[in-house]
Amino acid sequence: MSFQVIEDRHPPVTKTGVLGWIRSNLLFPWYNFVLTLVSSWIIWSIGKPFIQWAVIDAYFGTKSEVCSTTSGACWAFIRDMWPVFMVGVYPEDLRWRPLIGLVIVLALVALTCIKQFRSTRWLRFLWLLSPVAVFLSIGGSETLGIEVVSTDYWGGLMLTLVLSAVAMIFAFPLSVLLALGRTSNLPVIRATCVAWIELIRGVPLITILFMASVVLPLFLPAGTELDKVLRAMVGITMFFSAYLAENIRGGLQGLEAGQYEAADALGMSYWQKTLLIILPQALRIVIPPMVNNFIGILKDTSLVGIVGLVDLLQIAFATTSSPEWFGLLEEAYVFIAFWYWVLCYSLSRYSQHLENKMDTGR
Amino acid sequence: MMEKPKVPLWRNPTVRARFYQFAMLAGLIALAINVYQNTLENLAKRGIGSGFGFLANEAGFRIGEISTLPVFKGGFLWFLAALFFGLVASKALANWLKQKHEKIGDKDRWILAIIALTVVIPLLVLYLGRDTVETVQYTESSSYTMALMTGFANTIKVTIIGCILSTFLGLFVALGRLSPNWLISKLCKWYVEVNRNLPVLMQLFFWYFIVIQQLPNVRQSVNIGDWLFLNKRGLYLPSFIPQESALAFCIAVAVALFSLVFIWRRSKRVLETTGEPGKVLIPSLAVLIGLPGLVWLVGGTPFALEMPVLKGFNFRGGTGLTPEFTALVIGLTVYVSAFNAEIIRSGIQSVSKGQREAARALGLKERHVMRLVILPQAMRVIMPPMTSEYLAIAKSSSLAVGVGYPELVSIGGTILNQSGQSVEIVGIWMAVYLSISLLISAGMNWYNARIKLVER
Repeated sequence: MSFQVIEDRHPPVTKTGVLGWIRSNLLFPWYNFVLTLVSSWIIWSIGKPFIQWAVIDAYFGTKSEVCSTTSGACWAFIRDMWPVFMVGVYPEDLRWRPLIGLVIVLALVALTCIKQFRSTRWLRFLWLLSPVAVFLSIGGSETLGIEVVSTDYWGGLMLTLVLSAVAMIFAFPLSVLLALGRTSNLPVIRATCVAWIELIRGVPLITILFMASVVLPLFLPAGTELDKVLRAMVGITMFFSAYLAENIRGGLQGLEAGQYEAADALGMSYWQKTLLIILPQALRIVIPPMVNNFIGILKDTSLVGIVGLVDLLQIAFATTSSPEWFGLLEEAYVFIAFWYWVLCYSLSRYSQHLENKMDTGR
Repeated sequence: MMEKPKVPLWRNPTVRARFYQFAMLAGLIALAINVYQNTLENLAKRGIGSGFGFLANEAGFRIGEISTLPVFKGGFLWFLAALFFGLVASKALANWLKQKHEKIGDKDRWILAIIALTVVIPLLVLYLGRDTVETVQYTESSSYTMALMTGFANTIKVTIIGCILSTFLGLFVALGRLSPNWLISKLCKWYVEVNRNLPVLMQLFFWYFIVIQQLPNVRQSVNIGDWLFLNKRGLYLPSFIPQESALAFCIAVAVALFSLVFIWRRSKRVLETTGEPGKVLIPSLAVLIGLPGLVWLVGGTPFALEMPVLKGFNFRGGTGLTPEFTALVIGLTVYVSAFNAEIIRSGIQSVSKGQREAARALGLKERHVMRLVILPQAMRVIMPPMTSEYLAIAKSSSLAVGVGYPELVSIGGTILNQSGQSVEIVGIWMAVYLSISLLISAGMNWYNARIKLVER
């Protein structure tokens, strides 16, 4: 008897390729088929009216009169008003100044993306300088001869971004101190930090914003004037310092005890140990959660509308109450939702990317 | 003998620690005094009094959604006393059992004793003294205190409903994401990605100003089987009016639910001794239907059903959910469910594959694999972040101020505008939310400690 080779046969066509994929992922067993039907129906019943409204029946021209007659979306509104969504009631002839601020930040981000420049000293210096430059370009300064634009005129996406950036910049050092305080072994300092963190984490942001806008002026010496935007900044910064501190504490506790012990054994003082050994490692671990925290800030700045600021969310209501564009809230909503979503989604992807990179790095 | 090296005072760690703490304390006290004096000066300049006396003043404004609040009279103290006695006695029992190296969960009779002490006896006392609880409703001539209480009741209502709904919705979305069906898994993924990347206030405004405003007028209400009516003024549902036997009926349901615990435990014991699961379904159904049914037969209908009926310009009867409430609950539920879905999904995925394979290799049935092996381990991962989400619902309910639903913050805001007592109002807000947060996290810490993995 001789050994006979049987020719390799291809798997049945229904098990591989596109057909096989459809079969196993969409159709079989029977309940899978039902689920496919149900989800197709959901997608259809939401997607179809939306596409009908946003694309098929929509008006893409520029005349505002058409808006009251069309049954679909009237994108003329967005075409005309998008700069207001970006900067609010910022003086029209000075709109190039926030743009300069944006260009500065984007240029720095681009430089940081280039590997050779990433850890150079001058780039870090430029980053440290950038908040001042952005502030000067948006707010102006009397001493430098740049026309001052009062914060009453700040608004839109610009205000949302400025509030979040300021909250992050000021909350970060504060939260490092709070986290160190919470892990300190001096009871008075620890108790103070725990009280601050737990008090703030226990109450909603809106009560802190109310506190910053109505109670804070009472706490300061009579005659001190704080403008509305500054008060909101104080509130948001206070709020996020507590949440950031908890993240950073996670990083501090995530370090091996050996790192602390080795630093002590070398005879380092508390601050030498903290600044040279502990913080550089701890902060590295907590970058991804800090990015998530920043997404939180970005979303939560929408609450400043309740204490009277006109951020990206409130701009939707402000623009649609003007007689020319009355009641086009849906269009405005699609536009601002697009901005919030793109910003938050890309940041969350970035944070995931960092997390993956760190996992493989170890 | 070696001479101790002399450490200068300012290098002595103990002295330094004391000095730093003293400096910090002194700084804080100085800050507090400064703030206190500034506040007094500012208040005097603006002609605003301080203290909580204003809370007794007449509120004078209308509240769109009024909950009935209980007022407790002297007799209610008996209930509290019974409850307190029950808790103390249970604790004593637990300690006594601990000395005997037993646990409360070991024998049915200990559990029975605990339930009798902490639930049955206090409920009985409450039932006997039910005349001591009266109900009041806010009116325009009520005090600010009443207004705040009404707001607080609304906050609690939204929080509880939001927690329950968002958990279930989150569970469904998580299961959808884990489903082998490609389409539904992608659909659920994008549900999560869209919802958690848009601000919650924006979503509330979307439901309130865009979706609900586009609903038809009262006369053209969307009618779902004559039971549900949906229109611009809100959602109308049938309501249950409690009759005389209602309280007895509720107690019967509670007792039936508790007895399920025993049926399950018995089933587990039978499973452990014989390998065959004890009967669960039939006894459970018998108890669940039988006990309340008996009360129904003896005491008559516990609840009368009242349908919403269109009369004139609005619906009469039934329960009307205001558009504000509807928007708030839908908005919070949808937003938080996206986070809950991610938490549940990662919890289920965190249980390593080997666990499932081992359970299957032991011959466990698929549902037992889930219930006895996967879920208990996943719960450990799921519970702590879920707690923060529940806390987030309680806190986010304060965004109701944006859509005008009268909960604690929006009513407080109205009072703040009327009376100018900003320090007191903000103080009340913070105290209330802080207590809610501490209560929820205390409860969850207790639960987490119970389900914690016992190592060595």
